[in-house]
Amino acid sequence: MTTGRAVVVVRAGALTTVQDLGRPGYAHLGVPRSGALDAPAAALGNRLVGNAPPAAVLETTVNGCAVRTRQGVTAAVTGAPCRVTVDGRPAPFGAPLWVPAGAVLDVGSAVAGVRTCLALSGGVAVEPVLGSRSADLLSGLGPAPLTDGCVLPLGPENAPHARVDVAPQPGPPAELVLRVRLGPRADWFTADALRTFGTRVYRVSSASNRVGLRTEGPPLERAVSGELPSEGMVLGAVQVPPDGRPVVFLADHPTTGGYPVVAVVHEDGLAAAAQAPPGTPVRFVPVGPGAIGSRPVGSVPAARRP
Amino acid sequence: MRPLEVGAHALLVELDSGEEARALHAELLRRRAAGELRVREIVPAARTVLLDGLDDPRGLAARLPAWSVPPPRSRARDVVELAVRYDGPDLAEVAALWGVSPGEVAAIHSGTEFRVAFCGFAPGFGYLTGLPDRYGVPRRATPRTAVPAGAVALAGPYTGVYPRASPGGWQLIGTTDAVLWDHARVPAALLAPGTSVRFVPQERP
Repeated sequence: MTTGRAVVVVRAGALTTVQDLGRPGYAHLGVPRSGALDAPAAALGNRLVGNAPPAAVLETTVNGCAVRTRQGVTAAVTGAPCRVTVDGRPAPFGAPLWVPAGAVLDVGSAVAGVRTCLALSGGVAVEPVLGSRSADLLSGLGPAPLTDGCVLPLGPENAPHARVDVAPQPGPPAELVLRVRLGPRADWFTADALRTFGTRVYRVSSASNRVGLRTEGPPLERAVSGELPSEGMVLGAVQVPPDGRPVVFLADHPTTGGYPVVAVVHEDGLAAAAQAPPGTPVRFVPVGPGAIGSRPVGSVPAARRP
Repeated sequence: MRPLEVGAHALLVELDSGEEARALHAELLRRRAAGELRVREIVPAARTVLLDGLDDPRGLAARLPAWSVPPPRSRARDVVELAVRYDGPDLAEVAALWGVSPGEVAAIHSGTEFRVAFCGFAPGFGYLTGLPDRYGVPRRATPRTAVPAGAVALAGPYTGVYPRASPGGWQLIGTTDAVLWDHARVPAALLAPGTSVRFVPQERP
């Protein structure tokens, strides 16, 4: 829908992408789910500006972004806390704010956490791909990451914004404690490795991205040395590549993979995982009933990444 | 049939063979279409089917083994034909691995009826099965940093076509001009799990 409403990107930042609820339902075609990594922050931002939940927001990484409005826009900045200014004047974080026509809204560097969310009234209205406006960095679907000077169309404003002074949000974690359920390939690891996984402290690796939260720490030793035939992967799967360091799959994760999944992170931990900067201590805490379906290990040809 | 729990909302159902996985996949699609099964994603793979977005994975895991799963019907009318030039840079190497001439590689490959066992790696990339076991080939020791879109490639028991330019380690035997993925098209993917595929040799213009 063309409304003429738009913002112009004046500072794209390190990595700012358009994100919404993602494109579930196409995993069987190799299409990642994608979507905002800190989904609660995106949902809050949309509520604050009067958008429906599927509206697209901007997700920044580490150092924010800045946009110039063409018309007056209600905005809300959520997720990783940061300094917010409108034409250089301080503006609230975590609350609806009015940005007059022609003003520059600057979302500053995260003072804690990694990813700040900028919601704009009407939502970012770039062309959807398979029903979603999310940028999928693994397969290149959806809009490209923002660049300086690019213009983002906005949809029509259709609801009054929320009347709150400030909306409470969880702070970014000093230590990331991820509740996990073991399985489906926990039996590909030695008992020692499972103990290590459930008791030792890992750290968030700087190689983390929208595909996965990579970790550094004691490697997990395999009990089964063969190759795993490719199989479907879920959001939050903790996959263990040959180096033995667990990787937590985030929104842009591949839909099938060939390394064993030792555990799956409870979905309510994924937003915190997306906000944990490199170096943050990570503990995996196995909870819940023992996984069903322990299995013998067979051998069939493995399907590896092309 | 072994259902494995994958977190709180998913099951990975492991089968004894790719053929069984194909049959279960077809049955799951049928039951979902009939409204008997609520699930967001059904992802077939080499010998598993992932069911993601289930309300009660444990309940389904308990019921699954009692299901009667008919063998999949072959649907010969739905064959996708891909015109291919057998001109890949690894054709001679594959010919040597198979112990035949490059021309015979083309004849064997184009004489095979393939089926998309599953997708992954990139939108529209299908893992095609159909070649007899003796024609399996290893991946290249050093992956290429750039494989062009449309490259027809082999690895292990699989054939695949790169939907877009990307790095890749499979053995390249040919090229097709077919558009494997176009998100503006319905459906976006030319190849989906279960699709039958035949490669038709094309003379160089």
